[in-house]
Amino acid sequence: MKRYATVVAALLLALAAAVVASLALGSVRIPPGQVLDALTGRAAPSPYRTIVLDVRLPRVLLGAVVGAGLAVVGTVLQALVRNRLADPFLLGISSGASAGAVAVIVLGVGGGITTTVALPAGAFAGSLLALVLVYGLARRGGTMTGPRLVLAGVAVSYVLSALTTLLLVVAGRPEQFQEALFWSLGGLGSARWDSLLLPAAVLAAGTGALLTLARPLDLLLTGEEGATVLGLDTARFRAAVFVLASLVTAVLVAASGAVGFVGLMVPHAARAVVGAPHRRLLPVAALGGAVALVVADLAARTAAAPQDIPVGVLTALIGGPFFLWLMRRRPEGAAL
Amino acid sequence: MTELRVEALSFEDRLREADLVVRPGETVGLVGPNGSGKTTLLRCVYGTLAATSGRALLDGDDLRAMGPRARARRVATVPQESSAEFELTVRELVALGRSPHKRFWEGDSAADLARADAALDRVGIRHLADRPYPGLSGGERQRALVARALVQDPALLVLDEPTNHLDIRYQLEVLGLVRHLGTSNLLALHDLTLAGAYCDRLYVLERGRVVAEGPPQDVLTPGLLRTVYGVEAEVMPHPRTGTPLVVYLPSPPAERKLSAM
Repeated sequence: MKRYATVVAALLLALAAAVVASLALGSVRIPPGQVLDALTGRAAPSPYRTIVLDVRLPRVLLGAVVGAGLAVVGTVLQALVRNRLADPFLLGISSGASAGAVAVIVLGVGGGITTTVALPAGAFAGSLLALVLVYGLARRGGTMTGPRLVLAGVAVSYVLSALTTLLLVVAGRPEQFQEALFWSLGGLGSARWDSLLLPAAVLAAGTGALLTLARPLDLLLTGEEGATVLGLDTARFRAAVFVLASLVTAVLVAASGAVGFVGLMVPHAARAVVGAPHRRLLPVAALGGAVALVVADLAARTAAAPQDIPVGVLTALIGGPFFLWLMRRRPEGAAL
Repeated sequence: MTELRVEALSFEDRLREADLVVRPGETVGLVGPNGSGKTTLLRCVYGTLAATSGRALLDGDDLRAMGPRARARRVATVPQESSAEFELTVRELVALGRSPHKRFWEGDSAADLARADAALDRVGIRHLADRPYPGLSGGERQRALVARALVQDPALLVLDEPTNHLDIRYQLEVLGLVRHLGTSNLLALHDLTLAGAYCDRLYVLERGRVVAEGPPQDVLTPGLLRTVYGVEAEVMPHPRTGTPLVVYLPSPPAERKLSAM
């Protein structure tokens, strides 16, 4: 327990450090002292203050929220399908959300309320559709193996990404390629204060709900039959949590595009540190995801400055090899 | 004390109108060749298969109608398939056996963990409590799962080949333990001598039907072994305990091959 508290404290500290660093660094360098003055409201109005509070802070916070959310969703998906290769991006859920969101934009459904309600709603529909499709494809014939799951996820993901780009091209959007890039790889460049509220609220509610479900999630880890004989209605539980996972993913994707591999890497690292039981794992995964994406976005923003590399490019560059490594070193008796 | 009453239970063509009773406190063995329907019958009892007709009653309550949680409070089992993808420790896995008795949002209390440790003691693997479950050998995993069934605090214990993967010493220990829990027990067993030694009564299944039942010494006869298993065997009382000891004879085809050489 003492060790666990240390881990959480260390992650909180790391998150604070990453946030301050992200606010200070960039095309304009701001001394950390000024950053803290701006954050605590002691700074007089100045360009620094504007950069910190209105430009960088929403982006950093969105990064933290999206990173935490993706890690939580990844953790839960891995328990649901009992496979450590699951991730919202690899299972096609993120691409589904992107396709749904773009469909809303292109078709102009929802009119004026597009960005606040219709966009996440479209993303939700898309993510749910993708998840049902992938799960159905991978399950055919009764048993669901790791390779089948990942193959189904990748295939569905490709189709939906192509559909997203097609929609943008056909609709003749002036910045279609940049938009396509955003929806298929993700980025935090479009963060604004008013686009932050919904993801933050959904993250808090979703993670809170999942924490109360820690015990049934642990039961799922012991196998379908094992969970059933210990009293879990596995079909109903799995369906409910799948819906919750797609909802969280959809809201995140609507705000940041489809950032990949955070939901794959972070749960794995968190499990290595605090073990598999979800009551301990979920908070650590959330904090770890927040730190990871804030740091990744800082790197993406500054590595080739003044070019702003979409953060999803960076996570994919690290995550792809990580995935291969994970595939090779599966534990004995594992399902893949 | 709990009674299990199985009435005309059928599942597709794998189980046909099986009748069976486990009286309060009794240990009942289910024997029969592979594919005779033992596992199917057990799964219909503990609820991972839905019988196509017939019913299983626990003290008069239909187990099907009960719902998984209420059922898990009264019936425990050791599932044959168990996942080892994620590294729960042995203690964490065993403590999950308390789940049917807890609200789903409740964590493991100190009492739950103490109970898990006591159960691990009883199956002889307390020293493995903090080890990751996937790293265990087949026999150690089996014993961990038996420990999990113990902390579930069941009235009826349903075990499918509980001695699988176990060294002979632990086969005897697990079966001896099961008998002394005070639960009513229904066990599927491969080893007929063990079944005869540890069960009060046996049911013999053949192609989905119950073909014999009764105390081991009445059921395990050379004639039954010939018709149901297709083997020649001698059955004699154990020199020390008097329970039936099944001794197989080499099969006739092997002899014929020898004489042809």
